[in-house]
Formats: sequence, structure tokens, C-alpha cells
Amino acid sequence: MKILFLMSSVPDTTSKINFTDNNTRFDETGIQYVINPHDEFGLTKAMQIKEKHGGEIVVLNVGVAKTEPVIRKVLAIGADKAVRIDADPKDSYFTAVQIADYIKKNNDFDLIIAGKESLDYNGGMVHGLVAAMTGIKFINAVIGLELKDGKTVEVAREIDGGKEIIETSLPLIIGGQKGLVKEEELRIPNMRGIMMARKKPLEVLPAVESPVKTKIDKFEKPAAKGSIKLVDKDNLDELIDLLHNDAKVI
Amino acid sequence: MSILIYAENQNGKIAKSAKELASYAKAYADKTGQEVIAVGVEINQPEELYQYGVSKVLNVKNETLKTFNAFAHADLVTQAALQTGADLVLISDSNDAVYMGPILAAQLEAGYVSHVISLPEDTEQFTVKRKVFSNKGIAYTEILTDNKLLRIAKNSFGLYESPVNGSTENFVPEVDLSVYETYKVVNVEKATGKISLTDADIIVSGGRGLKGPENWGMVEELAEVLGAATACSKPVADLGWRPHTEHVGQTGKQIAPNLYIAIGISGAIQHLAGVNGSKNIVVINNDPEAPFFKAADYGVVGDAFEVVPQLIEKLKTFKNN
Ligand SMILES: Cc1cc2nc3c(=O)[nH]c(=O)nc-3n(C[C@H](O)[C@H](O)[C@H](O)COP(=O)(O)OP(=O)(O)OC[C@H]3O[C@@H](n4cnc5c(N)ncnc54)[C@H](O)[C@@H]3O)c2cc1C
Ligand SMILES: Nc1ncnc2c1ncn2[C@@H]1O[C@H](COP(=O)(O)O)[C@@H](O)[C@H]1O
Repeated sequence: MKILFLMSSVPDTTSKINFTDNNTRFDETGIQYVINPHDEFGLTKAMQIKEKHGGEIVVLNVGVAKTEPVIRKVLAIGADKAVRIDADPKDSYFTAVQIADYIKKNNDFDLIIAGKESLDYNGGMVHGLVAAMTGIKFINAVIGLELKDGKTVEVAREIDGGKEIIETSLPLIIGGQKGLVKEEELRIPNMRGIMMARKKPLEVLPAVESPVKTKIDKFEKPAAKGSIKLVDKDNLDELIDLLHNDAKVI
Repeated sequence: MSILIYAENQNGKIAKSAKELASYAKAYADKTGQEVIAVGVEINQPEELYQYGVSKVLNVKNETLKTFNAFAHADLVTQAALQTGADLVLISDSNDAVYMGPILAAQLEAGYVSHVISLPEDTEQFTVKRKVFSNKGIAYTEILTDNKLLRIAKNSFGLYESPVNGSTENFVPEVDLSVYETYKVVNVEKATGKISLTDADIIVSGGRGLKGPENWGMVEELAEVLGAATACSKPVADLGWRPHTEHVGQTGKQIAPNLYIAIGISGAIQHLAGVNGSKNIVVINNDPEAPFFKAADYGVVGDAFEVVPQLIEKLKTFKNN
């Protein structure tokens, strides 16, 4: 079983987000980067599959050199080798072209595991675009995956208000999320893993030419909330009045 | 040129999101002089869409296509766009539409932007605002391609009636139905009778301050009185007090209801990132220093076990009058 893990490296979820250069750039001062939380579930799933069925996990990231510590973390958790395509992933289309190009040149993956969305630019599209560009089957918002005999897989996909079980076959691209594995199963690197990761190969490839389809002109922060209206706990009628007459929501 | 919306329905009934897409499309069409067209499968009352400015509904009648398949539906939307000459296509952020989005973008060769919260700035340069960094930032994003696909964030634009004389056509797209074999749906589990988080206008949510799953009775009762859905913080789901489907926040569901009531939730940055798109936030917490009060519109400092039962009684009285 050969698994490609598509890893997006994003600001730690506790980060305060600021913009700089006249609000044209994300301010990276003091920002710690982590494996995109939605991707983490897929990484653990990949490990579980490898432990049961054997095989290899390759982690792929499109990013500049500063993503390497996060890539090393993926290696420390258990991926076997890493590939970084050296480019600033400015636009989802551009990023998808890079990944699709790599897959076309290394087309022996049985399973390609991504997250449903990166928690930085929140596109929710890179993996789906890769599917469209390579013609590989694709299921999104995956909350369960079970390999049946041979190439058959049973995949649980979240739908509004429930879930749907789909039977399909490998090769397959999934957009994973919470539920794909249990929270307590999530792997974190241990000392041995960290030592081993230093010796694992991390290949850096040049980017291929690609246009972009979108461009960010500037950023702003969401408008701050006005001041809060506090209601005394013994005067809840006032709350109801506010919700009815002020907010007009009940 | 026209604007095409992908109008979803539940058992034939037009989804609220479809009306929101129509409102958005109509507001932009009025600036550009375009026509708003909707495409959907087995819509029962297409005339509901005329109310929101849709002048033509392409209604697909096909038993197989009634079940969502991202590839088949991307196909039918693409064909509708080609047939109507639409260069701008709008989809919602339902799980289905999010799944279909990138496949559709590739077929249309469109620049695709998700989490869109505003109309294009002007008609010359196509720049829209979208939410980034899990609601902690807004990016003005320009689409550089001729064809454009937008995924509109729920509840960000609103519903605006703008009745037009509409018509409905039977639309027969040529879709390769073999994808229903490639992706074979073997089972569907859907909670019935409960309001889902994605549809809810009001959401009542509980955190670790509620001490244990046995105390959720009052949360559910409050939700029932308000016609609301229920949600929870991440640790509550991780502890198994509530199902994972209720977990909201940066790593759970992103929600944007008209009213979010947070009970016994501290308001950690990751929680806020998933809920601060809500139009109105009420926080009930016994700690006046809880960070959530800084992100709320209304607050009650008090013990949830006293406040919530009283609130339920008072709301019942209010609803009965
Ligand atoms: C990578 C990562 C991702 C995360 N993603 C999410 C996410 O998506 N969603 C999320 O929710 N969290 C997320 N978290 C967790 C987040 O950091 C907080 O730990 C979590 O939101 C706290 O949940 P809570 O407010 O229910 O519990 P607590 O922080 O324990 O707060 C309980 C609150 O209840 C109040 N309280 C206690 N007793 C009462 C009473 N009797 N009456 C009224 N109030 C009372 C307390 O004053 C306190 O404010 C994430 C964390 C990490 C590291
Ligand atoms: N720069 C990147 N390198 C590798 N994989 C990525 C990259 N960006 C996004 N992905 C993958 O695509 C998924 C969806 O990303 P996005 O479209 O950016 O929300 C992520 O969860 C990752 O699995």
C-alpha cells in the first residue's frame, strides 16, 4: 500500500492573526507553524493502514524552506520520506498543479490523503482540484475509511445532518477531517521518532510553471464586536426583551 | 451573459441557502444587467425562487440524479452554465456543494473562491471579500479568469425578496451515470426530526461548565423552546458527552446562525474561530472574566444551573403570548 499524504502547514490554532505592509501581507512575526489539524487525522489513518497492510507513506508539501520543521514532524510521527515542492503556495490552483504534476510523475499511489480544508486560507479545494487534474477518484469530508478485500474501500462521508457510506475502489483521494480516527488515537512524535526523522530523506523539487487564477489584493481584520450588554441573572426578562426587540432574533 | 446558481433542495423543498444564493446573484445582476438562472434536481416549487429574482429555473427530472453525486452534479451544473452562457456560478457551503466545488471549478476552468461574504466591489474588477484564517481575517480576493465560481458563506449575505416573472424548464443534461456505480452509496444515516446545525437559525451550545452529559436535558429543552439546534465545545465531544457532529469551532463545524447561545463555554480562541460569524452571541457563564464575554453581544454572569431553567420558563411564557 503506497500512501501519499498531502500536508498543509498552517499557523498554530492559538495564533493571533495580524497583517502587515499596508495590510497586503500576513504578519508572520511570532507565528508557530503546525500540521493542519484536519490533515492530522489522515496522517494517523495512514499510519494505521501501513501498520496493518504494510507499505510506505510519502509526505508531500508545496512550500518554502520554512515548512521543513513541520515536514520533519510528519517524518517523526511516522512517514517514511518527504517531498517538498519549493514554491510559495499563493493560490490553490497553482498549488494543485504542483501536486498533480508530482502524482503524474509518480503514479503508483493507492491512496492520497489530504485534509478537507487548510486552516490558513481555508480554500477547501486543493485536493479536489488535484483529483480533477489527475482523474483520480475523490471523496471529501471523510469521517471513516475501511479497506475491504483487494482494492475495495468503504468510506464514510459527512453530509448535512448525518453521514453517507460509499463503496468505491483504490486509487482514491480523500479529504479527511475529525472522525477519520479517534481524537485519542492521534499520534505525536516521540524521541525515537524525532531521532529517526533526521535520517529520513527529504527531497526538494523545483516548481513547475503554472498560472494563478486568484490573487489577494489586501487583508483586513473582522470588525470588532460592539460592547456587550450584560443582563442581571435575576432579570432574564430583559434578555428576552433584548433578543426580541434589539436583536430581533426571537 | 447570466449568473447561474446551484439550487439545492430537501425532498423537493428549496433550501434556504438557495434563496440566499439567489439574493446574492440578483443584487449583482442588477448592477450588471444580467439574468439569474437556477439549476436543480427535482425541485417541487420552483416558483419560490422567482421571489428572490430567479427568472429561469432549469429543473432536472431524473430519479438517479436525485441522489447527490459530486461528479454527476458538477456535470449537470457545467452543462447548465454552457447552455445559458453563465460566466458566474454560485454554490452554497453545504457539505455536498463543498465537495462538488473544486470538481466544478476544474470543469468550468473557473477561478474559484470559497467563504465569500460580500458582493464584488465593482463591476470592472472582480474582487470579493472572503473569510480566511478561520474567521480571524478577511482577504480581498480578485478572480483573474473569465469564468468564476463562488462559494457563498452561509448567512453572510441575507435573504432579499425581489420578485420577477419566472419560468421553469425541464432540463435534460447528458450526464455519465456510471459514477453512481463508481461511488456506490450503500447506506445513509440522517438524524430525523432534529434541526441540523447547518440549517439552524438559532444554536444552543454547551461546554465543560455543564459538568456532565446528564445535564444536557436543559440545553435540549432550551433548544426546543427556541426551535434551535444543539452544539458543544470540543472537549465535550472528546469526552463523549455529546456526539462529534455537534462539535463547533476551528476544528469542528464552522457555524454562522442568527443567534448563538453559549452556556458554560470559556470562549477559547479555537472555539471563537468557528462561531464568531454568528450574528448575535449570548454568553451564560459564572465567571465574569471568561474570555467569551469579550466576543459576545449579550451576557449573563451566573450559574447555568440557575439561569438556564429560568430562561426556559420565561421563554415559554414569552412564546405563549
Ligand atoms: C488544535 C486545537 C484545536 C481546537 N479546536 C477547538 C474547536 O474547534 N472547538 C472548541 O470548542 N475548542 C477547540 N479547542 C479547545 C479549546 O482550546 C478549549 O480547550 C475549549 O474550547 C474549552 O472548552 P470549554 O469552554 O467547554 O471548557 P472550559 O475551558 O473548561 O470552560 C468551561 C467554562 O464553563 C464555565 N462554568 C463552569 N461552571 C459553570 C456553571 N455552573 N455555570 C456557568 N458556567 C460555568 C467556566 O467559567 C468556564 O469558562 C482546540 C484546541 C486545540 C489545541
Ligand atoms: N501547500 C500544500 N502542500 C501540500 N498539500 C496541501 C497544500 N495546501 C493544501 N494542501 C492539501 O489540500 C487540503 C485542502 O487545502 P485547501 O484547499 O488549501 O483548503 C489540505 O488539507 C491539504 O491536505
